[in-house]
Amino acid sequence: MIRFLLVLITFTFATQSNADMMRMAVTTSFNNSGLSEKLLPAIQSDLGLEVQLLIVGTGQAIRLAEAGDVDAILVHSRKAEEAFVAAGYGTHRREIMYNDFVIIGPADDPANIHGANSAAEALRAIAASQSLFVSRGDDSGTHKKELSLWSSAGIDSDDFGPWYRAVGAGMGASLNAAAGMETYILSDRASWLNFKNKTQLDIQFSGDPVLFNQYAYLPVNPQRHAHVKHDLAIKLETWLTSRRAAEIINSYTIDNQKLFTFNAK
Amino acid sequence: MFPMTASDLSIKICKKHIIGPINLTINEGGITVLMGPNGAGKTTLLKALHGIIRLATGQVIFETPATAAQKQQSFVFQSPIMLRRSSLENLAYPLIINGEDKQNAMNRARSWATKIGLSAHMERPAHFLSGGEKQKIALARALITSPQLLFLDEPTASLDGATTVEIEALLTEAQSTGTTIIMSTHNIGQARRIANSVIFMKDGQVDAHLTADAFFDKPPTEAAQKFIAGDIVL
Amino acid sequence: MSDFWEGIQQAIWLLLTQDAHLMEITLRSLRVTLSALIISCLIALPLGAILAVRRFKYRRLIISTLNALMGLPPVVVGLIVYILLSRSGPFGVLGLLFTTHAMVIAQVIIITPLIASIAHNSLRELWSEYHDLLISMNTSKWQRVKTLLWDGRRALMTASLAGFGRAIGEVGAIMIVGGNIDHATRVLTTAISLETSKGDFALALALGFVLIALALAVNLTTHWLAQTEREGRW
Repeated sequence: MIRFLLVLITFTFATQSNADMMRMAVTTSFNNSGLSEKLLPAIQSDLGLEVQLLIVGTGQAIRLAEAGDVDAILVHSRKAEEAFVAAGYGTHRREIMYNDFVIIGPADDPANIHGANSAAEALRAIAASQSLFVSRGDDSGTHKKELSLWSSAGIDSDDFGPWYRAVGAGMGASLNAAAGMETYILSDRASWLNFKNKTQLDIQFSGDPVLFNQYAYLPVNPQRHAHVKHDLAIKLETWLTSRRAAEIINSYTIDNQKLFTFNAK
Repeated sequence: MFPMTASDLSIKICKKHIIGPINLTINEGGITVLMGPNGAGKTTLLKALHGIIRLATGQVIFETPATAAQKQQSFVFQSPIMLRRSSLENLAYPLIINGEDKQNAMNRARSWATKIGLSAHMERPAHFLSGGEKQKIALARALITSPQLLFLDEPTASLDGATTVEIEALLTEAQSTGTTIIMSTHNIGQARRIANSVIFMKDGQVDAHLTADAFFDKPPTEAAQKFIAGDIVL
Repeated sequence: MSDFWEGIQQAIWLLLTQDAHLMEITLRSLRVTLSALIISCLIALPLGAILAVRRFKYRRLIISTLNALMGLPPVVVGLIVYILLSRSGPFGVLGLLFTTHAMVIAQVIIITPLIASIAHNSLRELWSEYHDLLISMNTSKWQRVKTLLWDGRRALMTASLAGFGRAIGEVGAIMIVGGNIDHATRVLTTAISLETSKGDFALALALGFVLIALALAVNLTTHWLAQTEREGRW
């Protein structure tokens, strides 16, 4: 009995081997796109580098980076990123790629946004008709984007009524909620294409340049946290901005639709 | 460790006075039977003398230091307490906790089990034995350490005649090999059969303490008389 | 309902083909939970026994606290452990965050009060049964603890299985301190959470069925090893 316990204990505490490894926090929308499943193995074979991904909202990603619990972050919220660097938590900000946001809505399009000429017009229509709208509500990049769009459309958060439902969740969970309640919702295209519970919803509006969604890579500042694996973070950055990465990113499709456009300089 | 002296002993439970004050001296040898009507405090007195109940006043003194005296005593409870183990393990338990080698302990347990006629059921959980069998195990377990002093609290109260005979025989044998026995009962016939001395209790006090012959020939108090006659003693 | 049947089908398919990813996640779930269980039992079971047997000043306070801690929300435990293990926190230098070790720590904190509470309750009953006997035999405090732990082992097994159940289904704490990192800290429950949030209900259900099957298997194996239903044994 004792011997069995000892074997069990050794088995459970055995640690894994220690090849080059770094931790990166990425957003749920990035993970839901499925692109990481193409990138990570390539990174492993090209660089011999294991990248451990923590899939969290932008707010939490930045929080983890500020605490020094990750080595780099890949997010899509320019204002928050610039503040992050300005405060000295990150060394710099490097743009990698972009995808776009789309406005999803019920098949019968009650607010009639299908023919709108701009995102602002679409949102005004939704507010005017008080059509149900689900918001991420979680301080993520998508959430911040949504709020900035409302504000550009001239609609204040005071104008939100009971038709505006803030769920406080990741992209997948928010889409679930939208599907369940048959509402409009702002989503990144990649998450939407990969989402498996679409029910009656579909893309009702897209194409306005303001719906541009820029992803950037930010290494954590080693002067703030000496233990972070800064050299590995830079190694990864070099790879992410290389032709090899460009090729993988640009050729990634779902249902024959290209999701991301590489734009690192 | 004898004589054992209880001086000014009393017990309270939740501020309610149960027995005492009691002054008592018990000498080595023989079977002392503790008798009295229900509620007189026999069980409480036995536990107090054995030291497993807290005294409100007074003390129990032995010739030897109290800790040494403690190790030489055993107690058989009215309702036998069986450990959740086999009968054999129950018997061996007091030997093992005193540091005896497990093999030896089990061997001695086996011979005792045979002696009390339970060798067929030794490996079974003690829990499944009948009341009489459990009490025999309890007594054997109490005797296996060869105690100098053995307390028993109405050991045969709920047992049949055959088992009672066996137990009384074991007690007589233990007494003849040097164990002093203090035992409570309210079976007068049993007292007459085996007692050398009698302590009679009433209302938490010791009413009489005499040799058995003296007690039964000439009961010293009215209460004792009534009790022996089989009347209800109030 | 179609998700439900699809889920069952996927579960069977994943198990039959011994899907490598599923095996990895399942094994990790088992490793984390069993480690936590072993450590928790080593703390909680003796603690339960000591609380049953010893009287000391803060005993009631500790027992009440343990009972209250059973209701601790796992997410809160996760947040607290995260803050402690974060690089900006007191134990950051240990580098335990986002490893399975952190997950084990969080689960130990969650299930120890549960196991200790259940163990204490059943051992207390056993102690009230054994109390007079063990005191009469002059057992030391440690001998009493050991006797209770051994004789009460069936109830302790129940307590452990309750702890196992709580841990294997836990998701809030280990999501925060483990990070649900693929190939590193992803386990069944966190994978279910992820697939649910991606809208892939069928796969989430499939993983859920695997989890239930795993819990059942562990319970059945434990009872079989302990021969709980064998005749003549309790």
